[in-house]
Amino acid sequence: SRLFRRDEGPVARRVLDDEMLEQLEDLLIQADMGVDTALRVTANLAEGRMGRRLSVREIKEALAAEVARIMAPVARPLPLYPSKPQVVLVVGVNGSGKTTTIGKLASQFRAAGKGVVIAAGDTFRAAAVEQLQVWGDRAGVPVMTAPEGSDPASLAFDAMERAKREGADLLMIDTAGRLQNRADLMEELAKIVRVIRKKDPDAPHNTLLVLDATTGQNALTQVEIFQKIADVSGLVMTKLDGTAKGGVLVALADRFGLPIHAIGVGEQIDDLAAFDPEEFAAALVGLEG
Amino acid sequence: MFESLSDRLGGVFDRLTKAGALSAEDVKTALREVRTALLEADVSLPVARSFVKSVESKATGASVTKSVTPGQQVVKIVHDELVAVLTGETDPGKLKIDNPPAPILMVGLQGGGKTTTTAKLAKRLKEREGKRVLMASLDTNRPAAMEQLEILGRQIGVDTLPIVKGEDPVAIAKRAKTQASLGGYDVYMLDTAGRLHIDQELIAQAAAVRDAVNPRETLLVVDGLTGQVAVEVAQEFDEKIGVSGVVLTRMDGDGRGGAALSMRAVTGKPIRFVGLGEKMDALETFDPERIAGRILGMGDIVALVERA
Ligand SMILES: Nc1nc2c(ncn2[C@@H]2O[C@H](COP(=O)(O)OP(=O)(O)OP(=O)(O)O)[C@@H](O)[C@H]2O)c(=O)[nH]1
Ligand SMILES: Nc1nc2c(ncn2[C@@H]2O[C@H](COP(=O)(O)OP(=O)(O)OP(=O)(O)O)[C@@H](O)[C@H]2O)c(=O)[nH]1
Ligand SMILES: [Mg+2]
Ligand SMILES: [Mg+2]
Repeated sequence: SRLFRRDEGPVARRVLDDEMLEQLEDLLIQADMGVDTALRVTANLAEGRMGRRLSVREIKEALAAEVARIMAPVARPLPLYPSKPQVVLVVGVNGSGKTTTIGKLASQFRAAGKGVVIAAGDTFRAAAVEQLQVWGDRAGVPVMTAPEGSDPASLAFDAMERAKREGADLLMIDTAGRLQNRADLMEELAKIVRVIRKKDPDAPHNTLLVLDATTGQNALTQVEIFQKIADVSGLVMTKLDGTAKGGVLVALADRFGLPIHAIGVGEQIDDLAAFDPEEFAAALVGLEG
Repeated sequence: MFESLSDRLGGVFDRLTKAGALSAEDVKTALREVRTALLEADVSLPVARSFVKSVESKATGASVTKSVTPGQQVVKIVHDELVAVLTGETDPGKLKIDNPPAPILMVGLQGGGKTTTTAKLAKRLKEREGKRVLMASLDTNRPAAMEQLEILGRQIGVDTLPIVKGEDPVAIAKRAKTQASLGGYDVYMLDTAGRLHIDQELIAQAAAVRDAVNPRETLLVVDGLTGQVAVEVAQEFDEKIGVSGVVLTRMDGDGRGGAALSMRAVTGKPIRFVGLGEKMDALETFDPERIAGRILGMGDIVALVERA
């Protein structure tokens, strides 16, 4: 597109007109922001700027500022509570990065001096338990398991007793991946929440929905339904080390306002970062350094 | 959450009740809606753009049947074009696994469904084509990845290459090849670790595996919920490793599956299978008609136009 032609250089100025706005819209759409949100964001950008002559860099900076403004209120770290144990339930569709994120989070909590227990609530997928055990070892955290095929809700219940008995600060519960349109699997999740609440009406204190940055517009439905069924309290977006920009987060912030606690930026234990609205916005519009 | 294309077009064409030829203006308005519908279905922007262009030339001047609205007519044209692109020009035929032992290499991003699909496909080849299949995990990266494939192998009654810790992926691939020849297997399937298309080191590693075994089929396994990045992923994997076909997973979800169109249009590689669940028999051959209807988010409008 014209806007990003190299020979134009970053200092060449162009009038901000309809054609230019359309190019900006396209840029945002290609970052998975979705058509509606992209339209809204560019319309906001246009306000008071139409007809002005701007350099490519100025336009991108203005666009990034607009995105950062939308994202600032949702950039909030995972809240810690005095409850012992604070129960963190981790949910999401298949393969989004739940188990890996639990390993990374556990390691960060340990580094902060917290006592952590993990419950391997994915009793369905082949070697899900073994996978989590490796993460538990890496993070130096015990992992409670149950046999394959057993009821994840009763494992969650037992894990709550153990975490309480051992005086753990945090209990993190992994769950099997499930697509949000599978009513039976969503009911299984609802049951896990009910059973946890029987033990502690305030638990789970956090329900993290793990989203894959590669995912397109379906993330909207994922948030909508997981929130309805499991009372999602915050989001983590993984795989932002790839080239997907995760623009759907802007649409999500707009529609649901759920906090974004962290982002996954790799497969190693330290590859979990705080969500930084400015960095996110700069990467989204393709603004280097 | 998103309007279907027929809903969108219904609005545009409500006032146009008279039959006749579609004017250039009608078509333009309609195509704007088509573009939006495709983008909401996660079709990549460049693909949506060129798709709309090709529909435009077909739709302008097309005569409208009396009993359908111009909107329905446009949907029909769009649908047919979608099916045409998804089908491709040449029939890909069966998987090329005739010379035993035939290697099949499975590649893709992290968490896309490679390991699950490897096992599903192995089961299918065994049950439907009577093939003796050996599966090997080359995933030295993800915790318990090898165990995952081993467990699936036991579940479906397909042999897996014994796990030897500390071996690198190329060495495992060679061992699989030897074992497959000596053991009289028809097919050996190589499941690989997930890798980003921009991870040059891991991409080179997959290319080294390819060079070691010369796969008869290299299947790119892609999450059917993938957004705009689908095109880039497909291009990179195809360029650097070489892809012979695509498998779209998680099509049991409620995603529109626009990635199917993006991948097909950009790589020209056939979509071989779709994954429809976590169970070992949840793998079906790709059906362009079904995916086309799904991308458009519509039910029986095509049948309606067809009958008219
Ligand atoms: N590049 C990259 N890969 C990641 C990230 N987070 C997780 N992964 C990889 O994604 C794949 C799936 O991760 P898991 O943690 O197993 O995902 P899950 O949601 O637990 O999967 P299921 O339990 O099968 O639903 C693994 O290969 C991880 O290494 C990330 O931030 N970046
Ligand atoms: N609903 C659904 N889930 C699927 C499908 N295919 C795979 N999965 C699930 O997706 C998750 C990831 O699948 P894997 O086979 O482990 O993916 P992978 O590509 O091998 O992952 P890595 O090796 O970590 O890169 C698992 O929970 C699978 O059960 C499908 O077609 N539908
Ligand atoms: Mg998991
Ligand atoms: Mg795998």
